[in-house]
Amino acid sequence: MSIDISQFLATFYEESFEGLDIMESELLNLDSSSVDDETINNIFRAAHSIKGGSGTFGLKEVSNFTHVLETLLDEMRSGKRKISQPAVELMLTSVDVIREMMKSLQSKLPLDQARINMVHAKLEEMLSGEEPKKSPEQQSATSEAIAPIIKTSNIGTSYKIKFTPKSHLFRTGNDPLRILAELSELGDMEVIANLDKLPHLEKLNPENSYLAWEIMLHGVVEESAIKDVFSWVEDDADITIETVSTSSSNAQDNASALTVDVISESVTQPEVKAASGERDNVNRSSVGQENAVSKTDQSAVRRAAPSDSGSIRVGIDKVDALIDMVGELVITQSMLNQIGEKFTLDKLQKLQDGLVELERHTRELQENVMRIRMLPISFAFNRFPRLVHDIGNQLGKKVELKLSGESTELDKTVMERIGDPLVHLVRNSLDHGIELPEKRRKIGKPETGHVHLNAFHQGGNIIIEITDDGAGIDTDKIRCKAIERGIIGENDNLSKEKTLELIFAPGLSTAEQVSDISGRGVGMDVVRRNINELGGTIEIISEIDVGTTFRVRLPLTLAILDGQLVRVGSETFIVPLVSIIESLQVKAEHVKSIAGDAELYRLRNEYIPVIRLHKTFNIESDSTKLVGGLLVVVEGEGRYGGIFVDELLGQQQVVIKSLESNFKKVEGISGATILGDGTVALIVDTPGLIKLSKLNQHSYSELSELSSALA
Amino acid sequence: MPTILAVDDSASMRQMVSFTLKGAGYSVVEAVDGQDALSKAKTAKIDLVLTDVNMPKMDGIALIKALRVLPTFKFTPILMLTTESGAEKKVEGKAAGATGWIVKPFNPDQLLATIKKVIR
Repeated sequence: MSIDISQFLATFYEESFEGLDIMESELLNLDSSSVDDETINNIFRAAHSIKGGSGTFGLKEVSNFTHVLETLLDEMRSGKRKISQPAVELMLTSVDVIREMMKSLQSKLPLDQARINMVHAKLEEMLSGEEPKKSPEQQSATSEAIAPIIKTSNIGTSYKIKFTPKSHLFRTGNDPLRILAELSELGDMEVIANLDKLPHLEKLNPENSYLAWEIMLHGVVEESAIKDVFSWVEDDADITIETVSTSSSNAQDNASALTVDVISESVTQPEVKAASGERDNVNRSSVGQENAVSKTDQSAVRRAAPSDSGSIRVGIDKVDALIDMVGELVITQSMLNQIGEKFTLDKLQKLQDGLVELERHTRELQENVMRIRMLPISFAFNRFPRLVHDIGNQLGKKVELKLSGESTELDKTVMERIGDPLVHLVRNSLDHGIELPEKRRKIGKPETGHVHLNAFHQGGNIIIEITDDGAGIDTDKIRCKAIERGIIGENDNLSKEKTLELIFAPGLSTAEQVSDISGRGVGMDVVRRNINELGGTIEIISEIDVGTTFRVRLPLTLAILDGQLVRVGSETFIVPLVSIIESLQVKAEHVKSIAGDAELYRLRNEYIPVIRLHKTFNIESDSTKLVGGLLVVVEGEGRYGGIFVDELLGQQQVVIKSLESNFKKVEGISGATILGDGTVALIVDTPGLIKLSKLNQHSYSELSELSSALA
Repeated sequence: MPTILAVDDSASMRQMVSFTLKGAGYSVVEAVDGQDALSKAKTAKIDLVLTDVNMPKMDGIALIKALRVLPTFKFTPILMLTTESGAEKKVEGKAAGATGWIVKPFNPDQLLATIKKVIR
């Protein structure tokens, strides 16, 4: 028999990984000089759960390993052991080991036994090395208390047991009948009830226990088995167990009569009532058990094997809200149905109301379905405390990490894909931003540098800021390097913002020497590309000796986009709202043509390239005359462009369909959507479109020359 | 069928316990910590409480103490889920009014057998 425990493994793994994350972050919080009880308790609790669970769910390796860690933690928790920094480091390593073990077990890969053994040995060493105060006596004392076993292996012995419950027994939820019944399973039993203490009915307190029993038990029983039966009431009753040579038969006659007595008496007692059938139950209990067992067996089989596909945890409130909304949708639908069945014109108002309702429900439903995929950004933030701790140590820098806005929600896919860019940015802050302690002291800053990760919602976007109070980015250095690498010309006069943005240009690394931490292949250009691919943007604010902030702006979800519908001829295009700066009417004096047929438009102090969609995609437009036409000014990857269109239509949320998987990749187009009237509209890829524009071939320099001429 | 209040902060443990008990025909009310259990205990009729000891917010011992002062829980069997290493917890739990304990790790059969001892 048995219930298949493996069906609970998926949950166990999931919660264990969470537990390990908690352990890790709390360990990092642990200040070995002043230990906070709550912190150490949290760590202990997580380890304790993992150990308990892994034992129950048959992961022996994990439970063995965690046992040592748990013991260490228990000693720290109870103050028997001091918490030292090496201990914290070792425990962090242990967390890694447990996580690796779990991951291997989960994907049925072999364990890294060598590493496990090594860390296990280190833990054991620590456990025995700095011996806590007087632990051996205590340990032996407790183990005796748990297993008070006196081995008297008797074959067919008789026992004389005196069981005198204390008056409070019922208030522990224990029931003497239960104990007697359990005892009766061990062998033949004669029970004599002792009614001496039973008061007169008027004085009887039904909540107290007054009875005592003398039991003769015959059978092939070890004394330990009898003690086990009484183990729960050891302190709530006086219990003596003696072995008797042979049965004393004259007590036998009285026994049965008196037992009946007990039962009828006990009716007055609250917990013992309903017990009259107890003795029959005892006889039947083994049968009943088998029945129950086969029942559970069947249900175990019925339950499908758990699949390993990725899952997300969704708060019940979200699911409830959905069910609620679907309910309303169904009502609206049936209402519309009714109107449609026998439609007459006087029902028009009702129909319109119904449609409005339908629209509202659909929108709410959509928003809520999207919310299901939303997870708090803490999932992405959680790895940073450890990362900062490790890198800080590696670099010999003192860094304090502050996280805020962890509960800000973000689409799961966006979250997964923003993780690596964020890691890169944080590494960057530690490596290039935060200075070494002595340098910080010299310039009058506190030795400990600060990195702040902050997330918040702004409009339909999530903003993630990585701020450090480090050295700041030296724009002169960037400029020199950019000139050296041929990214900009020597005479280019770039604004501070533009210069800072150069660090995202491919092939420019500001690190004076490529270190182990950052600058390992992945550059800032990749970071920006990743963010752009998610439909996001990144900007930098930096002040020498004050610090640097990277501000990442991301859409909340990848599936839906706020778009501006624009018309060119008979085609409708969608421009992502995030990338639109403004829309304006073209004035003749601001238009300038340069080499070839490239057109520029003067936007305040800058020239931006004009992108003629009708030319790019070769379609008929209403007008080809720029002057007097409409220009939608957009930004992508830090560059600006003006998209020339015939008409601005409405703004709406569109569901993004991949063009690549349904058709093929088209340059300047990021996807497609289906509009209300069933036509397909293309979504423009702003950075791609700007790159496509003729001007690109003329590089930045010509633009900046023009811009500086204006200034 | 009797209703059992199963209290554990570990979701997998709750799942396992709940699945086992439901399979044996019991009704199960789940709670994620002592506080949760206490509020559920006040609204549902409970025949037996099965509680983990180490939990956030309110641990098992505190829960037992809090339950025992409720008139409806004066005599209700309360079993603790303990580990071998937590021997002192048994004593603490007993003092708080626990009926008995089940030692982790346990398998579903052991769980059912123990529960059958306490409730019918």
